[in-house]
Amino acid sequence: MFEHFTDATGLALWLPLASAGVIGFSVALYVLMDGFDLGVGILFPGAAKPEWRDAMMVSVAPVWDGNETWLVLGGAGLFALFPVAYATLLPAFYLPLTAMLLALILRGVAFEFRFKTEVHKPFWSASFHVGSVVATFTQGLVLGAFVEGKAIEVGAGHWAWLSPFSVFVGLALLAGYGLLGATWIVKKTEGEMQAWARDVAGRLVAVVAVALVIVSVWMPVMAPEIAARWFAWPNVAMLAPVPIVAGILCVAIFVSLRRGGESLPFYGSFALFLTGYAGLAVSLFPALVPGRYDIWQAASGPSSLSFALVGLGALIPMILGYTLYNYYVFRGKVRLEDVDGYH
Amino acid sequence: MEFDALLLSRIQFAAVISFHIIFPAFTIGLASWLVVLEARWLATRDETWKRLYRFWLKIFAVSFGLGVVSGVVMSYQFGTNWAPFSLFAGEVIGPLMSYEVITAFFLEASFLGIMLFGWERVGDRAHFVATILVAVGTLISAFWILSANSWMHTPAGFEIVDGKAVPTDWWAIVFNPSFPYRFAHMVAATFLSTSFAVAGMAAVALRRRSDDTGARRSLAMALGLAAVLAPLQVFIGDLHGLNTAEHQPAKLAAMEGHWRNEGEHGVPLLLFAWPDEAIEGNRAEIGIPHLGSLIITHSWTGTFPALTEFPADERPPVAVVFWTFRVMVGLGLLMIVVAFWAQWRRWRGRLFEDGLFLRLLPWMIPSGFVALLAGWFTTEIGRQPWVVYGLFRTADGATALARHQVLTSIGGFAVVYSIIFGAGLYYVGRMVLRGIVLPEGGTAVEPGGLQQAKRPLSTIGETLDGDDSAGGG
Ligand code: HDD
Ligand code: HEM
Ligand code: HEM
Repeated sequence: MFEHFTDATGLALWLPLASAGVIGFSVALYVLMDGFDLGVGILFPGAAKPEWRDAMMVSVAPVWDGNETWLVLGGAGLFALFPVAYATLLPAFYLPLTAMLLALILRGVAFEFRFKTEVHKPFWSASFHVGSVVATFTQGLVLGAFVEGKAIEVGAGHWAWLSPFSVFVGLALLAGYGLLGATWIVKKTEGEMQAWARDVAGRLVAVVAVALVIVSVWMPVMAPEIAARWFAWPNVAMLAPVPIVAGILCVAIFVSLRRGGESLPFYGSFALFLTGYAGLAVSLFPALVPGRYDIWQAASGPSSLSFALVGLGALIPMILGYTLYNYYVFRGKVRLEDVDGYH
Repeated sequence: MEFDALLLSRIQFAAVISFHIIFPAFTIGLASWLVVLEARWLATRDETWKRLYRFWLKIFAVSFGLGVVSGVVMSYQFGTNWAPFSLFAGEVIGPLMSYEVITAFFLEASFLGIMLFGWERVGDRAHFVATILVAVGTLISAFWILSANSWMHTPAGFEIVDGKAVPTDWWAIVFNPSFPYRFAHMVAATFLSTSFAVAGMAAVALRRRSDDTGARRSLAMALGLAAVLAPLQVFIGDLHGLNTAEHQPAKLAAMEGHWRNEGEHGVPLLLFAWPDEAIEGNRAEIGIPHLGSLIITHSWTGTFPALTEFPADERPPVAVVFWTFRVMVGLGLLMIVVAFWAQWRRWRGRLFEDGLFLRLLPWMIPSGFVALLAGWFTTEIGRQPWVVYGLFRTADGATALARHQVLTSIGGFAVVYSIIFGAGLYYVGRMVLRGIVLPEGGTAVEPGGLQQAKRPLSTIGETLDGDDSAGGG
C-alpha cells in the first residue's frame, strides 16, 4: 500500500506511520481546542460591555490549560517519535516560536491575574488579547513557512520563514481561530451578547472562505512541487472533495448562524478546520519535513517508538475520557458565579 | 569569555529552567497540602478548614499558572537551542517526556478546572478526588522529568549506534542509578520549600492579626512537617552524595574542593575556601581535618579521586560547584535549627507569641527555593563539561544559531518573566496581608477600603486592590 513511498515492511513500516498518526492527531486537537480559546482572546476587545468580556474569559477558564496541553504533547511527541524533525523544524522557526511561547505566557497568566484586580485589569485584558493575537499569528506564520518549505532547506537564512505567503497564512489563521472563538461564544451565551457573536461569526465565515480560496490558488502557483503533488493520481482524487466539503460547511455555518443554531456553527467550524487540515495532510504525505525527510527517515528506532506508542495508545483514550468529563461538568451557558465562588 | 551562541544558549537554558522549577516546587508541595486540608474539612466539617483550603487554593492557582506557562517553554527549548543534543539523546529523553505529558500534565490541567471552579457543580467527594488527582499528577510529573534528568547524569540501558543513544532496556533507563536518590531528595525539597513558604506567610499574617486562626493552623502544621523533613533531607542528601561519589567522581571532588590526595592525612571537610583553577588548589582554606574522608568513605584516612586526577578539560568549574553546594547545605542546617526551635516553642505553648521567632520566619520564605536552586546548580554545573555524563559534551549540544537570535529570545524572556514574576509576588503578597482565615465577623474580613462590585457583573468577586490597612495593627 505504501510501496511507492518506502520499502520498509512490517513494524518498520507501521510504527512510524502510527507515530505520525499520533502527532497529526495531537496537532489537530490542539488547533481545534486552543483555537477556540485563542479565538475568544482575539475577539476580546470587540465585546461591547465589560461583563461580556468577563463572560468570555470565564467560558474558557476551566478548559484552556487542558487545551494547551495538546501543544505540549505535540512538542514532546515529536521529540520522542521524530527527533530528527524536532531538531530540524524548531531551530528553523526560532524567532516565531519564541514569540509564540512568550505570547502564550502573557495570555495564560491573564486568566489568573485579571480577576484579582480592578486597577490593573486593563493591563491583563491587553495581555490576554495581544497574547492571543500574537500566538495565533505566529502559528500561522510557522504553518505557512513550513508548507512553503524555504525556511527548512539546508542552509536557509534566519529570516527565511518571513514571506508574503507565511504572513498571509498568519492573518488567515487569525480569522479562522476568530471563527472558532465566535461560534464558541454563540454556544456559551444568550441574548444580546449571543447576537453580537453571531454577527461576528457570520462575517468571519466569509473571510475564512475567501482565505481558503486564495491559499488553494496561491500554493500550487507558488510551488510547482505542490502543484505536482496535488494534481497527481491518487492525490487528486482524495483532494477533490476537500473544496466541495469546505464550501458546503461554510454555507451551513452561515445559514445555521442566521437561523438561530446554537451549537451547530461551532461544530461546523470544527469540521471546516478538520477538512482543511486533512487536505493539507494529504498534500504533504508522507513528508514530515517537506523536501528533506519523510516519516520513515525521521522516525526514532523501534524500541523508542514501541515504548512511547504503548503509553500513548493506552492513555490518550483515557485523556479524551476525562477531558469530555471536564467539558460535561462545565456544560451549558456560562455562569459568572463559577469564578465568583473562587476569587 | 566570548558571548557566542553556545554561551548565550546556556545562559538562557539555565535562566528559563531555574525560573520554571520554582513554581512546580511550590505547587508540588501546595497540592499535597491542599489534599490534607480538604481531607480534614471532609472529616470534621469544620468551616475553618474549608476556608483555609480556599485561601491556599488561590495561592496554588497563581503558582500553578506560572508553572504551566514557563513549562510550555521548556518543552521547546531542547529543540530550538539544543538540536544536536536532541538528536543524540532524543530517543531516550523524548519518550520519558511524552510519558510525563500523558500521565501527568493532562491529569493536572483537566482536574485543575474542577478544583478551581467546580465545587458547586460536582459535589464534595468528586471535588476531593479532583484535588487528589492534581496532587498525584504533580508527583508523577516530577517522577518522569527527574528520570530524564538523572539519565543525563548516570546514563544506563542504551547503546550508541550511528552516534546516537539508542535504548535497549527501558527499565534501566527509567530507574537509572542516580534516579531514586534524586527523586527522593527533590520531592523532600519541594515539601520543605513549601513548608517554609507557608510558615513564613502565616507568620506575616499572624503578626498583623494574632487571632487569624488560619495563620495559626498553617504555621503549626507547616513547621511540624519541616521538623520531620529537614533532618530527613540531610540523610537523603548524604545518600545522594555517596551515589555521586560512585558515578560522578569529578563532580564530587569539585563539591569538596578536593584537588589532590595526600595519603595518610585523609581529606578534610572544607568550611571555607576559594578554589582557583589557575593554581589547581584553594586559597584561604579553612577545614576540619579528616571529616571529608569520614563522610564520603566512612573511614578516617580514606581517599577518593581528586580533581588533579582528571584531565583539565574534564573538570567542572570548581568554585561555583563548591559554593552552591555550601549554600544548599548551609540552608538545610538552618532549616533544622528553625524547625526544632519551633517545636520547642510549641512545647512551651508559645508558638504564636510575637517576638524574634515570628519576625524571623518571613525571612525563611525564600530559603527552600534558594536551597533548591543552589542544589540544581551544583548538580548541573558539576556535570560539566558533559551534558550527558561521559558521553556527550555540552559544547557539542548547542544549535548553531546566530547571536542576535539568542539575544532576542533572552531579552524577551527577561522582560516577560520579570513582569509575571513581579505580578505573582505582588498578588500573593496582598492575599497574605489580607489575612488567611480571620474569625467570622472580624473587621478585616470585610474589605472596608476595597472596591466592592458596583454592578453585579463588572467585578467578579473581590479584587486585591486598595489599601490593606484595615487588617493592620
Ligand atoms: C530544599 C532544598 C534542599 C535542601 C535543604 C538540601 N538539598 Fe541537596 N539538593 C536539592 C535540594 C535541597 C535539589 C534541588 O533537589 C538537588 C538538585 C538536583 C537534585 O538531585 O537534588 C540537590 C542536590 C544535592 C546533591 C547533588 C547531587 C548530584 O551530585 O547530582 C547532594 C550531594 C545533596 N543535594 C546533598 C544535600 C545535603 C547533604 C543536604 C543537607 C543539608 C542537602 N542536600 C539539603
Ligand atoms: C529544574 C531544575 C534544574 C535547574 C535549576 C537546572 C539548571 C541548569 C544549569 C544552571 C545548567 C547550566 C550548566 C552549565 O552550563 O554550566 C543546566 C544545564 C542543562 N540542564 Fe539542567 N537544570 C534543572 C533540571 C534539568 C532537567 C530536568 C533537565 C532535562 C530533562 C535538564 C537538562 C539540562 C541540559 C540539557 C543542560 C545543558 C545545557 C547547558 O549546559 O546549559 N536540567 N541546567
Ligand atoms: C527540562 C525540563 C522540563 C520540562 C521540559 C518541563 C515541561 C513542563 C511543561 C510543558 C509544563 C506545563 C504542563 C501543563 O500544560 O499543564 C510543566 C509544568 C510542570 N512541571 Fe515542568 N518541565 C521541566 C522541568 C521540571 C522539573 C525539574 C520539575 C520538578 C521536579 C517539573 C515539574 C513540573 C510540574 C509539577 C508541573 C505542573 C505545573 C506546576 O505545578 O506548576 N518540571 N513542565
